[in-house]
Amino acid sequence: MKSRLSARNLTLAYGDRVISTALTLDVPDGAFTAVVGANACGKSTLLRSLVRLLSPKEGAVTFDGQDISRTRPKALARQVGFLPQSADAPENISVRQLVARGRYPHQSFLSTWSDEDERAVTEAMASANVTDLADRRVEDLSGGQRQRVWVAMVLAQETPYLLLDEPTTYLDIAHQYQLLSLFARLRDEGRTVIAVLHDINQACRYADHLIAMKSGAVIAEGPPSDIVTAPLIEKVFDLPNLVVPDPVTGTPMIVPTL
Amino acid sequence: MTPLVLRAGRFSARAERRTVVASSALVVVALALGLLGLCYGAAWATPGEALAALAGQGDSVVVIREWRLPRVAAALVFGAALGVAGAVFQNLTRNALGSPDIIGLDAGAYTGALLVTVLLSGGAATLAAGSIAGGLLAATAIYLLSWKSGVSGLRLIIIGIAMNAILTALNSWIVLRAELEVAIAMTSWSAGSLNGVGWDDLTPGFTVLALLFLAMAALAHAMHQSVLGDEFAASTGVDLNVLRPLVVLVGVGCTATVTAVAGPIVFVALAAPQIGRRLAGAAGVPFVPAALTGAVLLLAADLAAQMLLAPTSLPVGVMTTAVGGTYFIWLLFKETKKS
Repeated sequence: MKSRLSARNLTLAYGDRVISTALTLDVPDGAFTAVVGANACGKSTLLRSLVRLLSPKEGAVTFDGQDISRTRPKALARQVGFLPQSADAPENISVRQLVARGRYPHQSFLSTWSDEDERAVTEAMASANVTDLADRRVEDLSGGQRQRVWVAMVLAQETPYLLLDEPTTYLDIAHQYQLLSLFARLRDEGRTVIAVLHDINQACRYADHLIAMKSGAVIAEGPPSDIVTAPLIEKVFDLPNLVVPDPVTGTPMIVPTL
Repeated sequence: MTPLVLRAGRFSARAERRTVVASSALVVVALALGLLGLCYGAAWATPGEALAALAGQGDSVVVIREWRLPRVAAALVFGAALGVAGAVFQNLTRNALGSPDIIGLDAGAYTGALLVTVLLSGGAATLAAGSIAGGLLAATAIYLLSWKSGVSGLRLIIIGIAMNAILTALNSWIVLRAELEVAIAMTSWSAGSLNGVGWDDLTPGFTVLALLFLAMAALAHAMHQSVLGDEFAASTGVDLNVLRPLVVLVGVGCTATVTAVAGPIVFVALAAPQIGRRLAGAAGVPFVPAALTGAVLLLAADLAAQMLLAPTSLPVGVMTTAVGGTYFIWLLFKETKKS
């Protein structure tokens, strides 16, 4: 398994509150990785450390073997894009203007709007299906539309790595599956996707690689069909359950037996 | 509306049409008011005479070039500086109330200036240094007091308002304790005034402000990106640990330099960025409209201060307080209702 983005022996903490210790993992290249686990198990914390929003107390996150804390911020931002759980748009900004903000790492003092920027923004809006909304103001959109605009902004960054923190949270079920299919398509086009997902069935259906976390530690890792069993799910979510094949895809599907 | 795009070789830039139109209109208004400022005085000059005098012809060359022009230039440049300072802190706090005059940075700069006057009785350079040091100390104190695992814009503003009250009281106390002549000079200065400024007073301040404007031009793109929130800013490549202290330095530098020369002129920094933003129909709080609106506002206020009780010239701070105070009350009302 090839991996450009790795975490070695991380201790992650907010102040004195330690979330994870001795956390080591490799993000498989060109795959869709889903991170699952109960609330507050350290999934988002792990993701934040991979994109340098949280510096590890010990250990290091490396990209191509180099410690990301020593990489120039813009250089890292051309490789790894991140969609946080929530974000605020500036007042009065149009969809097109917000998506254009994703081009920041590719711009310089003298070049703030190249042909390349324009092409990337147009393509990103088409991919996330927000082209029709281009001239609308972001604050006037519905929650689902807004989430797609943020996704478009991250796509405009054109990074080979996409880190997504619960990207489907604000969406209705149809939009959730559309968005996950979009990420799967991006994976097919060669990008590496790492997403924290709440819905374990969606994770099993879309992910090539599943990382299950509990109390800050990785307790199982591998393709969903290899690792997902009723005892594992019971351990991770504390939920009695039955694992059956998904009637559509054949991937594992969890049915609670409470 | 499609934005204007400029590309030449490796250079490229983009601007919204409405921002360009609004900014051009503000430049025209500023120039027109500037001409009015050159014409107006104890003896009226016609616009033709004023322009001729600028070119060095006619009888009123000294009056217009040495007396009126510095005052007009000071109002324009200082107004722009206050507009930039306001835009810096409104972007940082993401709140229309986050402005250096509201959160006590003007008062802090004034405290610094008062202290060096009383203790060191120095010249223009010490005064400017004291003023900038005072502003930075006030900014640091507010930042530390409002720190609670991160800084929220609103908490910082409320602590800043308290800091402003404390420093204003401290300033009055210093004036009361000072010797009579010093106190008289300080009191007229404390209102914020452009009365009687000449080129000698202005050159150092203009130089510092030119450097600060250049620094802001270099930082503006990153500043606008940072308004997307800490997470997006960092993950798109903005180094917030470097950016924040630098823009605070520029914002405090702008407001303190103006305070050192003209005293605390309040409410321009509060109002200009918001008016500029609305005129430009722009996202966030852009710097160019803020600076141009600040220039127009301060020059208009200074002209009104000269005309209102002519031939007595009021301190311009009295005008900005009267008009800006009303705006501040309205804004406070609106913001507290929102949160």
